[in-house]
Amino acid sequence: MSEQENENKSLAMVVMSGDMDKLFGAFIIANGAAAMGMEVTMFFTFWGLRAIKKNVSTGKTIFGKMMGAMYGGDISKSSPSKFSFGGMGRWMFGKMMGSHNVSTLIEMRDLAVELGIGMYGCQMSMDVMEIPEDAFIDGVQDPVGVGFFLLKAQEADIQLFI
Amino acid sequence: MTDDIKVDMELDLKGLLCPLPMVRVSQNISKVEVGGVIRAVATDPGAMADIPAWAKSTGNEVLSAEKGDGEFIFLVKRVK
Repeated sequence: MSEQENENKSLAMVVMSGDMDKLFGAFIIANGAAAMGMEVTMFFTFWGLRAIKKNVSTGKTIFGKMMGAMYGGDISKSSPSKFSFGGMGRWMFGKMMGSHNVSTLIEMRDLAVELGIGMYGCQMSMDVMEIPEDAFIDGVQDPVGVGFFLLKAQEADIQLFI
Repeated sequence: MTDDIKVDMELDLKGLLCPLPMVRVSQNISKVEVGGVIRAVATDPGAMADIPAWAKSTGNEVLSAEKGDGEFIFLVKRVK
């Protein structure tokens, strides 16, 4: 076998979606890449921010608080992009995944932290949505901007937008 | 042919789904010496493609990948 081919290989991913199915995709790919020896960067922006949030309420202004109330909670509140049915879809997929022994999103995210994946919140989205840095789980890096992500993406071998 | 290979670690991956079989192998490979062998048993058919891909990309070696009765048995050698 040749030299370790994935030494210094890396993956840079934008996670814009907060949908359950897309977050599963994002974390499965990220964890798989980390297992294969790649350096992985996940840049969470807009609806994706909830994926790295604790179950706390956020918002300073009236709109921010409304946003926090309507789109609050943590990663376990994410609904599938299809068959949402006002929460029924989340419950149904949860049951189906549980019966097939698929890990939960929280377990997937914990594994990502354990594997040393770099998870970053987008500072601008955090400002707009009034989500402070202390609302994020442990293991998330300090917030960054698009310049940081673009540098990572430029240096990466794989770039994904989810 | 694979009967006379010395196994240094047994890994139970039964019931685990993508990407966990690959993740568990990756987390445990450093626990055996270079040249050491892990015998891993999975039930996820996807592992038949994923474990060899993992090995190729990390520079390790799959000595054998056999399909048993609802199980997939891998001998994975740590190369570096």
